[in-house]
Amino acid sequence: MFDINIIRKDFPILNREVNGKPLVYLDNAATSQKPQIVIDSIVDYYSNYNANIHRGVHTLSQEATDVYEIARKKIQKHFNIKESKEVIFTSGTTHSINIVANGYAEILQKGDEIIVSAMEHHSNIVPWQMLCERTGAVLKVIPINSEGELILSEYEKLLSEKTKLVFVNHVSNALGTINPIEIIIEKAHSFNAAVLVDGAQACSHIKVDLQKIDVDYYVTSAHKMCGPTGVGMLYGKKELLNQLQPYQGGGEMIKEVTFEKTTYADLPHKFEAGTPNISGGIAFGVAIDYLNSIGFDEIANYEDELIAYATQQLLAIEGLKIYGTSQYKTSVISFNIEGIHPYDIGTIVDKLGIAVRTGHHCAQPIMEFYKIPGTVRASFSFYNTKEEVDVLVNAVKKAKMMLQ
Amino acid sequence: MNIKEIQEELIDEFSMFDDWMERYEYMIELGKSLPLISEEDKSDDKLIKGCQSKVWLHAELNDDTISFTADSDAIITKGIIAILLRVFSNQKPEVILNANTDFIDEIGLKEHLSPTRANGLVSMIKQLKLYALAFQTQLNQ
Repeated sequence: MFDINIIRKDFPILNREVNGKPLVYLDNAATSQKPQIVIDSIVDYYSNYNANIHRGVHTLSQEATDVYEIARKKIQKHFNIKESKEVIFTSGTTHSINIVANGYAEILQKGDEIIVSAMEHHSNIVPWQMLCERTGAVLKVIPINSEGELILSEYEKLLSEKTKLVFVNHVSNALGTINPIEIIIEKAHSFNAAVLVDGAQACSHIKVDLQKIDVDYYVTSAHKMCGPTGVGMLYGKKELLNQLQPYQGGGEMIKEVTFEKTTYADLPHKFEAGTPNISGGIAFGVAIDYLNSIGFDEIANYEDELIAYATQQLLAIEGLKIYGTSQYKTSVISFNIEGIHPYDIGTIVDKLGIAVRTGHHCAQPIMEFYKIPGTVRASFSFYNTKEEVDVLVNAVKKAKMMLQ
Repeated sequence: MNIKEIQEELIDEFSMFDDWMERYEYMIELGKSLPLISEEDKSDDKLIKGCQSKVWLHAELNDDTISFTADSDAIITKGIIAILLRVFSNQKPEVILNANTDFIDEIGLKEHLSPTRANGLVSMIKQLKLYALAFQTQLNQ
């Protein structure tokens, strides 16, 4: 049973005030807030079983290793991943993407092609540009339509025998569009191209079965899923991850070291050089348990209702335009008011205790497409309420009155 | 009026407001009344980096003082520009270089001084002072 009042009590930060007003946190696409149970798990680790993992024979190290590896199994189960060694702990989505991009530096030949979408976050564009510079591969871009959806017919035209990798986000951070990744994966596979999906923006709203969608690589960050910052996941099919060169050298990732040659450890350790973010990994597992205890169907139902209400209320404001109007969207409302700079709205709204994001949301190509300097982005989570939507709508009205 | 007196005058004006909203409404008014600059001065080389909104700053040396003109695509930013220009425009380069910016705190706009605000107030002040330094070097030659 989804009870918003009980859920809100799980998040201590929701009690605080900002600028003398109760906090209305609508920047969930940047990072989610953390429930007490996640915060406690970090304190518990450092208070009771802090030790380095995977190497000590002493009890404390064994305890820490066990809990850390249980977290890996929780992630495996949540995403329905075949083997736990296909779950690589990383520092977050950007790190995960860079591991794959770095691995492809050895695989790509001059003239090979990588396809990315026009609605990517900068962290999804820059590594591939760097990779293309290194290898002589060519970057192709799937365009978007005015609703903020990928144009699949254009995508099909870009695919060819030269395509080696396709890269899309599951949900756009700037627009909220849910991309049809199953179709994208199927089409890419018909050309033997691998697909990497960035799930950072999706995973707190959608439970995804990675074996079912048959994706080759999937990446996400814990901090968008009620977990801590500085930890994330790289999933890759075992046979593909085995082909990739390690990204970083160091402890933990080696099997044997001599001055002549080092052999690398097996998965997942090959990509986990050095002491990992142990408490972060453990708390990531706790966050996944927490989200599942609420239930992803319940979360989706509640959030869809909230978004529909917010969309309706905001559109009632004269001159307000929403960017990203696909019927397949989640959690994000990106908007502007005619004749007013998004920065001005964001400034006034912040004074009223509301956290929204203004700017280009690290997705300048989208802003260029719509020919706007940026947007105001309100992004919602299951702990937001209709009352908070009303506070936002009134604040935007007030800002409009002051600024026009 | 010297630069210190202008700053005092601003502090006086802003002390009349009871809350942030009145302060912001006044800033928005100041922004709206800022003289427009010519389109040719809105070129990329006059754009100040580090602002979420665009800010163009143009400087000219008239005898021994610098006159600044500036514009922005965001109105609150224009208000901040108007305040800065009132203080810094038509001053001698060395006066600009030696001027402190404590008045910004005193008129209740301290939050805009945080570098993470990315509204460019810090970048604007830096750019004003860079122009002053350049013109001072020119005058000393």
